[in-house]
Amino acid sequence: MKDSYVTSDGRTIGGVLMDMRGITLRFGGVEAIKNISFDIREGEIRAIIGPNGAGKSSMLNVISGFYHPQEGEVWFRGAKRPTMRPYDVARQGIARTFQNIALFEGMSVLDNVMCGRLTHMKTGVFSQAIWHGAAQREEVENREAVERIIDFLEIQAIRKTPVGRLPYGLKKRVELARALAAEPKLLLLDEPMAGMNVEEKEDMSRFILDVNDEFGTTIALIEHDMGVVMDLSDRVVVMDYGRKIGDGTPDEVRGNQEVIDAYLGVAHD
Amino acid sequence: MFYREAGDFKTSYEADSQTFPIKFDRYRFWAVLAVAYLVIPFIINDYWANAILVPFLIYTIAAIGLNILTGYCGQVSLGTGGFMAVGAYAMYKLMTAFPDVSIMIHVILAGGITAVVGAAFGLPSLRIKGFYLAVATLAAQFFLVWLFNKVAWFYNYSASGQINAPERFVGGIAVTGPNTDAWAKYMICLVFVTVCAIIARNLTRGTMGRKWMAIRDMDIAAEIIGVNPLQAKLSAFAVSSFFIGISGALFFSVYLGAVEVGEAFGIQKSFLVLFMVIIGGLGSIFGSFAGAGFLVLLPVALKVIGVDLLGWPTDIVAHLQLVIIGALIMFFLIKEPHGLAQFWRVAKEKLRLWPFPY
Repeated sequence: MKDSYVTSDGRTIGGVLMDMRGITLRFGGVEAIKNISFDIREGEIRAIIGPNGAGKSSMLNVISGFYHPQEGEVWFRGAKRPTMRPYDVARQGIARTFQNIALFEGMSVLDNVMCGRLTHMKTGVFSQAIWHGAAQREEVENREAVERIIDFLEIQAIRKTPVGRLPYGLKKRVELARALAAEPKLLLLDEPMAGMNVEEKEDMSRFILDVNDEFGTTIALIEHDMGVVMDLSDRVVVMDYGRKIGDGTPDEVRGNQEVIDAYLGVAHD
Repeated sequence: MFYREAGDFKTSYEADSQTFPIKFDRYRFWAVLAVAYLVIPFIINDYWANAILVPFLIYTIAAIGLNILTGYCGQVSLGTGGFMAVGAYAMYKLMTAFPDVSIMIHVILAGGITAVVGAAFGLPSLRIKGFYLAVATLAAQFFLVWLFNKVAWFYNYSASGQINAPERFVGGIAVTGPNTDAWAKYMICLVFVTVCAIIARNLTRGTMGRKWMAIRDMDIAAEIIGVNPLQAKLSAFAVSSFFIGISGALFFSVYLGAVEVGEAFGIQKSFLVLFMVIIGGLGSIFGSFAGAGFLVLLPVALKVIGVDLLGWPTDIVAHLQLVIIGALIMFFLIKEPHGLAQFWRVAKEKLRLWPFPY
């Protein structure tokens, strides 16, 4: 494949950002992921799909450092990644959202999104204790960055509302805001549209496309809504029972017999 | 009608993130400070200082400390009494070893030593959570009290096993020892409370506080946004113990003057401070003041009402006190887990809309 190319809608897809090579993940005797390789290119929207229990979320957890695969290598930005804890992965520029919303319920929307900036904040305990000076400057600089995200996702009105009081759809958006605030190179979205109605899905799809377009963020997402996946993504990985059964553009995947079998079932005679 | 945000426009993010966003609150804060610094020292007497104000101020520092650990970082601790003892004994050793150094510095150093000890006892928090952590900190409580009883070096080999605060001066005025004036005791505690509260507020509204609260609310999500749980939990233990150490140092040197460790810093103290934090409000600096004030005032108020006004026997009133405190704690846990601070918050929200219902 060429090193970089321009898509039909005029976005430039760059070289390989993340490369998963021969990943195998076992829980005791169960092989959740079996020898899977795929890459994510800079600037693209990459979808991971598959039936329930296919190992999609496990794959995302491998990328974000929750699980450490027994075999295989993770390459990020041209270098092999050593075994890392999730907070080191975050510092490398990988942010994510969760399938079940994982916001900090006791804090306001603003504080939640500010939390996304933690990897950018460097002042020590003592300057924070004094507050005036370095800590306040840093707080204000990061607040400006956060306000841009808040504007972008149109959640200005709920800035100071405690997250616990928000409805489901808005919580999902706040979680996206928190991930975006980190200004990630790679954004992982675990079922960003689960449990949403059509209008909320449209909103969320628009935000995902806008994020990719305006910030140039590479996005990897897991989603069950095939219409959304086929419309949004540049390339799709299909998993079933921990194996990779398809990889390619939405059109290629749609025509893949193995994929059709996995989703529709095969007649056993 | 004057309790409003309306018309009080914030034009910078500095102004937007200030502690008291409403003008009236700011005036009230300065008024409270003015009364505390300019009025009370001149009218205070021994009874008010020893029965109410000095213990209130000292317990407030301890409650702020525990609130940072339990309220903000979500780590339950029953080791408060033990950590206060560390502060007290560190204070005693420093006072006797370096008699020429100002005790203001001793108090801060005692806090620092307690911070180190607290962080060490915080290590298990990386592996264990909730009730199990509470039990682990309970071990710290009993171990520390045992240590200070057992090792004579800590009480300078005195025959009684007690530690006594020698007389020390700040700017020529006695602040420890038997000849201390009520107002001097009060002032030194007030200064430390003010500084501690400001530091705690600054830490909790910034990066540090967000890390702690992130760990409290959802530790998995906290890790994914780049919070190192080891660092966050240990820093909470250290900062919390720093404040508790300061309160222990003041409790021994300024308030009691002489301390027997099992009596002054036993498990009851741990529970007392924990109750203050629960009743006052978890995760609120104001709640630490409210909780400490409430639990210091309640026994005094009950005694005044029961013994002085109604003429009941002292022992009955003392027992009644335990019943009432127990009942109140249950009431708060069921009715308002966020404590007095939440009542205060709700009152302020209502006041902002007054006279309209919404």
